[in-house]
Amino acid sequence: MNLFTDVVIAVLILTNLRLIASSRISACIYAVACQGVLLGVLPLLVGSSHLMVRACALSGVTVMLKGFFFPWLLLRALKSANVRREMEPLVGYTSSLMIGALLLATAMWFGRQLPLPVPAHSPMVLPLAMFNIMVGLFVIVSRAKAITQVLGYLVMENGIYAFGLAFALSEPSLVELGILLDAFMAVFVMGITIFHISREFDHMDTDRLTALRD
Amino acid sequence: MILLLVFLPLVAGLAAWFIRSNRLRRLLLIAVALIHLGLTGLAWIDRPGPVFSGWLLLDDLGLLFLSIVSVLFLAAASYAVGYFQREDWGKRQDFEDGFLFTNAREATFTCCLLFFLATMSLVCLSQDFGLLWVAVEATTLASAPLIYFHRHRRSLEATWKYLMICSVGIGLALLGNFFLAVASTIGPNESIPMIVGSLIANAPLLHPLWLKVAFLFLVVGYGTKLGLAPMHTWLPDAHSEAPSMVSSLLSGALLNCAFLAVLRGLQVCTAAGQGQFAQEVLLGFGLVSMTIAAVFIVGQTDFKRMLAYSSIEHMGILALAVGLGGAAYFGALFHAVNHSLTKAMLFLVAGNILTAYKTKSAQEVRGAVKFLPISGVLWFAGFLAITGSPPFGPFLSELIILKSALDQGRIAIAVAFLLLLSVIFIGMAAIVLRMCQGTPVLESTGESLQVETSQARRAESALAVIPPLALGLGVLVLGIYLPPALSGLIEHAAKVIGG
Repeated sequence: MNLFTDVVIAVLILTNLRLIASSRISACIYAVACQGVLLGVLPLLVGSSHLMVRACALSGVTVMLKGFFFPWLLLRALKSANVRREMEPLVGYTSSLMIGALLLATAMWFGRQLPLPVPAHSPMVLPLAMFNIMVGLFVIVSRAKAITQVLGYLVMENGIYAFGLAFALSEPSLVELGILLDAFMAVFVMGITIFHISREFDHMDTDRLTALRD
Repeated sequence: MILLLVFLPLVAGLAAWFIRSNRLRRLLLIAVALIHLGLTGLAWIDRPGPVFSGWLLLDDLGLLFLSIVSVLFLAAASYAVGYFQREDWGKRQDFEDGFLFTNAREATFTCCLLFFLATMSLVCLSQDFGLLWVAVEATTLASAPLIYFHRHRRSLEATWKYLMICSVGIGLALLGNFFLAVASTIGPNESIPMIVGSLIANAPLLHPLWLKVAFLFLVVGYGTKLGLAPMHTWLPDAHSEAPSMVSSLLSGALLNCAFLAVLRGLQVCTAAGQGQFAQEVLLGFGLVSMTIAAVFIVGQTDFKRMLAYSSIEHMGILALAVGLGGAAYFGALFHAVNHSLTKAMLFLVAGNILTAYKTKSAQEVRGAVKFLPISGVLWFAGFLAITGSPPFGPFLSELIILKSALDQGRIAIAVAFLLLLSVIFIGMAAIVLRMCQGTPVLESTGESLQVETSQARRAESALAVIPPLALGLGVLVLGIYLPPALSGLIEHAAKVIGG
């Protein structure tokens, strides 16, 4: 069981690297979709046995939303936006990968430093969550397209969610569903905004949104 | 009854989406605002009990902020009805960049406005940290379409920044929540429920290190929404591009909701004996915010942006006051009330000036007092009030904060506070006085005076003037006479934070 958890976590880390190394937006969306599905499986592996029903329900909703619905929304936004499908990053792919490796090392180091009051099911969960959050933030600042910023937001949110799944067992499931619902609405509203941006500007490069400044 | 406060606007918002008659929808908006205010008033007399095993509860702190939200929403809703009537719904030219744009559907806008009220009420009622987070994030999502009411490039840019920066910020607050959950784990499969009351009751059991980290993340996360520098960058854009009643709600009500979320975190920290640390953090953010605001207010050319930076300043004052603690808790909460009323009024008046002059540039507005007799005077009075001049409410609350800084012997902070306030006073005076004085001729456009007077009449219709006038009178009254009911509530609420 524990081995299986570690494999899932390793693949999750690989999806992050895939995200920052890929040059096509659709490939990035698939990477995030894959991450969503794996993340959905995680509560089944790390949850305590007496909360099995709850873990199953949560896992189902997570897989549906993060694995299928969000990517579908984003792919649709991408299609309707009708823009160039390349990432056009502000930081090159090679340097991105280097930074990714650095972030991974930092996450590993950081994960060792924080003393947990409860033993985790796998020592890798905390570094994974940290890595996801950092990669998410990195993607938000280093990729210029609106849609990739949404991807970054999703990855960050995945990281926070992974942390919550692993440690915050006290959260009532209603709140967890609320968090998922909010993430859903956020992606939905962002998708609509992307559509408007691409229609209004004929591009969705957020680094070119510079009308408002002091 | 607690549930009604949230579900009434929610259901009404859904209904507003489907109602096709403009008159009926506007009536619904006003009716909901009135009923919401009535329910809030009832809660003052007879406090409703907890719902859902303590998840939703109206404590003194929540009631204070709920009252602010409710009063401001009524003012904004009545203003909105007048705004809808005078708005041009077809395609029209943008007066800054000249491109054509349309508005969002009025039904969509009303729907989001009501959802916004529902989510803000939920923030005031939530006692569970998870639910609080859900509610704060929901306010972002409900208000984003409101900023994108005028469908043009600038408002779209503002909406995107607002959505992205606030979502990421609030994401960090969620991480803070989870850290708090870790801090509240006291054994395998055993933990304190994440409800404010039970966390405070079991505060000595909380893990101190994780609690500190959690509070830091909560402050950075909710502080993004609160407009604390350096996480404030979305605020001037969103406030300047949104329609005026939305700006007034964002500034007067939404920022307070985020402040309430920070206060909840502070409550737990204080109970766990980490209050000192938490207050130092807030003090630092407060001073940085005031400094940034002062830098950007001086020489500001856009009067709505000036108001937005002034909001950052006042959120800085709130953070600073809470950071000082003691008697300043009372000052902070009183200042929150004063700032909300004053700033909401100023934004509504700014909307009138914008309608009359068709420019947001402070340089092009001249002679507002002559041209718009009521709005011009209100604009000037509002400037005096917001910069803390007597006899208005903010003067008193800023005095209380200053006095408690001096009483605690923190002279450096008191001096910095006064210095920043005076810089901001001078900066705003230069802008506002120039706008109010002079001859009321639009030199840049050169339109005939006939057209202008009709514009002025349009800008000063009853529904455009009465809401800010009422808010302004409220601020004046608070400066002269503080009703015992309100001061009692603020005192109790201050005790809630102070532990």
